[in-house]
Amino acid sequence: MERFIETLIDGISTGSIYGALALALVLIFRSTGVVNFAQGELATFSVFVAWGLTQAGLPIGLAILATLVLSLLGGMVIERVLIRPVEGKPPLTIVVVTLGLFILLNGLMRWIWGPENRGFDRFLPDNTVTLGGVETSLDAIGTVAVLLIVAGALFLIFQKTRIGLAMRAAAENPEESRLVAIPVGRMLMLGWGMAAVCGAVAGALVAPSLFLDPNMMGPVMIYAFAAAVLGGFDNPFGAIIGGWIIGVTENLAGSYVDFIGQDLKIVVPLVIIVAVLLARPSGLFGSPQVARV
Amino acid sequence: MSALLEIEDLHAAYGPVEVLRGLSFTVNEGEIVALLGANGAGKTTTLRAICGMVRPRGNVRFDGNVVSGMVTEKVARRGIAHVPEGRGTFTSLTVEENLILGAYPKKSSEIDAGLKRSYALFPRLEERSQQRAGTLSGGEQQMLAIARALMSRPRLMLLDEPSLGLAPLVTRELFDALQTVKAEEGTTMLIVEQNANLVLRFADHAHVLETGEIAVSGDSEQLMGDEKMRRAYLGY
Repeated sequence: MERFIETLIDGISTGSIYGALALALVLIFRSTGVVNFAQGELATFSVFVAWGLTQAGLPIGLAILATLVLSLLGGMVIERVLIRPVEGKPPLTIVVVTLGLFILLNGLMRWIWGPENRGFDRFLPDNTVTLGGVETSLDAIGTVAVLLIVAGALFLIFQKTRIGLAMRAAAENPEESRLVAIPVGRMLMLGWGMAAVCGAVAGALVAPSLFLDPNMMGPVMIYAFAAAVLGGFDNPFGAIIGGWIIGVTENLAGSYVDFIGQDLKIVVPLVIIVAVLLARPSGLFGSPQVARV
Repeated sequence: MSALLEIEDLHAAYGPVEVLRGLSFTVNEGEIVALLGANGAGKTTTLRAICGMVRPRGNVRFDGNVVSGMVTEKVARRGIAHVPEGRGTFTSLTVEENLILGAYPKKSSEIDAGLKRSYALFPRLEERSQQRAGTLSGGEQQMLAIARALMSRPRLMLLDEPSLGLAPLVTRELFDALQTVKAEEGTTMLIVEQNANLVLRFADHAHVLETGEIAVSGDSEQLMGDEKMRRAYLGY
């Protein structure tokens, strides 16, 4: 039983990292209508910036906070410079731009920091605690807490502030938003900035367990994409639940089903996704597309 | 009376199709002006050109300043509120959120005052303030769209076919409300309508458009009284 709960907590913890990156994907999908394939590389880039700041002597916590601010600004600049010119173009055009951004960022990281892996300091405490026989690390609990803080902050911004309301309006109907004097472009910029922050959080959470290199977020991006699909691509809440389901099932299957083991465990959540999508094509919490004809 | 809106030699095209061919007219402060005409005459395009949703050639001046060529959100900020055709509301947002967005650039004290005015004008919206706009009836959505436009205390309100698809009783209710706005706030309005009979009783002046040009202009009473005009252009 203890082992089961430990595996569960580990699963929710890794799932939280997928959820954070999935949140970033959902933020951009809701406003721009496309999947930002460069989201993972953006996150890796952010982590490199944080790493650079620690190398320059900044303590890890401060380096990460500074990186979050820089990521917000960076995301906004990318929207303004690269995405704005293709705004309103067919989705495929925008997707190609994000693929270009993926290649650009990946190359840029190799050029600046080289291809070798680096260690990234843990900013959450790594001690283990034992509660009622269940042994777990503060790191795992902290990871979940960080995701919940990020999600809570997003919820407050979108539901309780006027700028969040304007962002929701701009995502739902850009043309009408302009008619009520909402600067839609600035809302999209802010959305990209906030997505970059979510990605940076995911990157900073996962980096201590992996090695920091330009391809670090590649596999995480696949899980995040799966989490967003599972939860419903237009639902932030769904992205988090999707991340947790994937994290938990892959960990449970990896620990309990012998023939699956550590190598095949990724297949399990993917099978679940296929099953869910057969029953609910727009994901668990996604809103189905309805068009009047 | 000074001209609040001046339109001078306005041309607009969708691709190779010319929709407006040299339109000129003015709307004075406090006036209600109607644009009439058949489908495809260019009425909606005229409104869209005024608020920068289509790029026209020619001049649009608002309060003496050229606004043609400005982006829509800037035109809106100047005090032109557009109620688009077909219930322009944010359907996934609540009634109250829709109204708040109508006064997006304003201070929160003005938003509160605006909400009070909206609910006084359309009590039904207050009952449904926490409901999603998409769950309202067609008439209620149109009321919401108008209330939202009024939230910013616009100097000019553009209304695109407010009666479209509404039951006669609802339409009458809507025009009663507009009459109240006219009397109490003195908002200048430019209104596009197919229902000529209805709008001529409301408007001070009217222009009849025909394939992108003004065919006839005049005071509403004069147009209503002219038998020949009615038969030729207004179809009743």
